[in-house]
Amino acid sequence: MLTVAGELDVVGGPDLRQAVMTEVREGNHRLVLDLTGVDFIDSFGLGVVVGSLKRTRLLDGDLRLVVPEARVRRVFEVCDLDRVFDMHTTVDEAVATAVSGQVVGGHQ
Amino acid sequence: MAIADFRPGEIVLEIPARTEYVSLVRVVIAAAAEIEPDMASERIEDLRVAVSEATTNAIEAHGLKGVDDRIRIQCNLADDEIAVVVHDQGMGFEPDEVPELPEPDSPERLLHESGLGVHLMQMLTDESEISATDDGTDVRMVVYSSKRRRDNGDR
Repeated sequence: MLTVAGELDVVGGPDLRQAVMTEVREGNHRLVLDLTGVDFIDSFGLGVVVGSLKRTRLLDGDLRLVVPEARVRRVFEVCDLDRVFDMHTTVDEAVATAVSGQVVGGHQ
Repeated sequence: MAIADFRPGEIVLEIPARTEYVSLVRVVIAAAAEIEPDMASERIEDLRVAVSEATTNAIEAHGLKGVDDRIRIQCNLADDEIAVVVHDQGMGFEPDEVPELPEPDSPERLLHESGLGVHLMQMLTDESEISATDDGTDVRMVVYSSKRRRDNGDR
């Protein structure tokens, strides 16, 4: 599980990209990104999240999102990315639907 | 720009062309938009995202051209709309050259880690226009007040 807070833009986005790359490099290919604490996302942040999904899928992994905030969810929806991502409103819900509960720890 | 050139209700912000300043622009524009009594908070959020896109693009344009000049953001508060213009002195931009996004279900969609910015600007504002100027590019974005949207039959 990666818990993300703050603003996912051109400044905050690269930190998330780095964190995801570190998880994937360590063999954690099934990730939950908890965006509950994110109060802003733009196309740069979306790009990082999309890139994270690609990295996990390339290794037969998966990426689930926790996005309870309507204003953050809206940015995904406007780009039709709510149809691409497995999006949940709570961490519990995301974890419960993860296959075999294979959610990685760390970065809490 | 001379003082006389300012219009009533206009706020002008100039920032160094550095990404650390994008969040400042968002804060200023959102705070200015909140002065408007008839602007729905959702529309202010939409404008915040659109302005972030335009400002990030402007900073990138200056970086690509290697110019140190500042980015100018003009925000005009009118009775029934808020208009923001982000002006850069970069290499210019051809909106027609932005590729169309593949369908969401298409595997190719995931190749588009970038390129969503212009799409967001268009979708989140009531008007958006990208135009070449003598020395760069102007991106103009407008969101309407709740009343004007109702009058127009929008949500």
